[in-house]
Amino acid sequence: MKRYSAFAVAREAARFHMGWERAWASPEPKPKYDVIIIGAGGHGLATAYYLGKNFGITNVAVLEKGWLGGGNTGRNTTIIRSNYLQDPSAAIYEKARSLYETMSQDLNYNVMFSPRGVIMLAQTEHEVRGYKRTAHANALQGVKTEFITPARVKEIVPIINLDGPRYPVLGGLWQARGGTARHDAVAWGYARACSDMGMHIIQKCEVTSVRTEGGKVIGVTTNKGDIDCNKLGMVAAGNAGHVAGMAGFRLPVESVALQALVSEPIKPCMDCVVMANTVHGYMSQSDKGEMVIGGGTDGFNNYTQRGSFHHIEETVRALVETFPMVARLKMLRQWGGIVDVTGDRSPIIGTTPVEGIFINCGWGTGGFKAIPGSGWGFAELMAKGHSPLTEAFGLNRFYEGRFIDESVAAGVAH
Amino acid sequence: MLILTCPCCGVTGEETEFHAGGEAHIKRFGPGSSEDEFHGYLFTKENAKGVHFERWRHNNGCGKWFHAARCTVTLEVFGTYSAQTYEPPQEIKDKISAKRPGWSWREFA
Repeated sequence: MKRYSAFAVAREAARFHMGWERAWASPEPKPKYDVIIIGAGGHGLATAYYLGKNFGITNVAVLEKGWLGGGNTGRNTTIIRSNYLQDPSAAIYEKARSLYETMSQDLNYNVMFSPRGVIMLAQTEHEVRGYKRTAHANALQGVKTEFITPARVKEIVPIINLDGPRYPVLGGLWQARGGTARHDAVAWGYARACSDMGMHIIQKCEVTSVRTEGGKVIGVTTNKGDIDCNKLGMVAAGNAGHVAGMAGFRLPVESVALQALVSEPIKPCMDCVVMANTVHGYMSQSDKGEMVIGGGTDGFNNYTQRGSFHHIEETVRALVETFPMVARLKMLRQWGGIVDVTGDRSPIIGTTPVEGIFINCGWGTGGFKAIPGSGWGFAELMAKGHSPLTEAFGLNRFYEGRFIDESVAAGVAH
Repeated sequence: MLILTCPCCGVTGEETEFHAGGEAHIKRFGPGSSEDEFHGYLFTKENAKGVHFERWRHNNGCGKWFHAARCTVTLEVFGTYSAQTYEPPQEIKDKISAKRPGWSWREFA
């Protein structure tokens, strides 16, 4: 792999940019791999990358039914934060956030990580108490956050309206080291690094069944034929339940559409991420100047990757209340992704009833921020059978009643 | 946008008039049941990719609960029916069979 650098740009410019090589290879599948990962999104590719980098396992294939990073990795609102309430969550999200800080150098690929800060607005007394609690919990967990006053919120976000018609801003949970990153670049950067280690990233390769023998996985059947493996990692997000069904077990997840939209590009007006969970909308400004806007999930199970009109209305209404100046912005694009939501709004990372199959799913509405941490922990789990980062997130926690309850406690969106 | 017809009051409306209430025909397991049954009842939903049966409430209308048969991939609604039943009416099952030959959902097909 030729390294990207300022020198490389100059060198290629001198050759009329004819010398750039493809970022990753597109090989035909081999008959057998040590590890197969289903799903070439951020989490799947990060898993493959850390399997190679941390454990030297490079005989790996990452199978993707569509195109690389074309699922939720390319459909989210790119927010990175780690201000969670529960210890296991804070640990894995903070690991991820810290890995984002060095990801561009690590991958030699500019993922445009921008630690611009994330504010979660407190707009009810309950939220004020909740976020103060989270700030204290974060202090104990070693995650730098603070509860700030409305005046400080206004200082950080001058375009905000503190005296909203329904919910005035009473404060906010501020994580100065949170931010955003270029979501596609995260997938592309990992893919390039994986390909460089000799791993196979096989796009348009849909797994149609999982083959097992005596309760142990032996391989998968795909539209490109049978591929054998010793270990199988399922990282299929919204389709996790569908893929698990192929292996004969069920997951405590439900799939729903979550949508986002972006406005026309405007001059820089907001240099941080603002989440308003009570009125239910969140917004940041991309480097192109578009306001990137996210809201709530559809209320019913679906696999449409589309979203619905009334949720756009709800989200936009929330943002117009919070930022009156966006009222006259035109929206450019809208899209949806299928998220797999668990009962406690925490992910599932662990072993499964089938020997050799590992699962990483249930990231629900907030998986992008966790990509490097999730890959780091899941790779360790797949390589060694155990990872301190992921042990609390096992599938058995529902059976045993050990929830990592982020749905009501941490004021997380959705 | 979903268009549903409430089988209780007969009114047809779009989805904001209704509230989705999750999977239908769930068999409840309580005290005395095995841990597997209780775990399955609480957490393990069908999450079907395709034909799905679910509960809806006519929130901004008559307020009654009812069931709907719907495809989660295309959002096509096959029909709605009374919630006072343990399984979908034959007529709805036939309608689904005509459009999705070979479908199955839990013990129904």
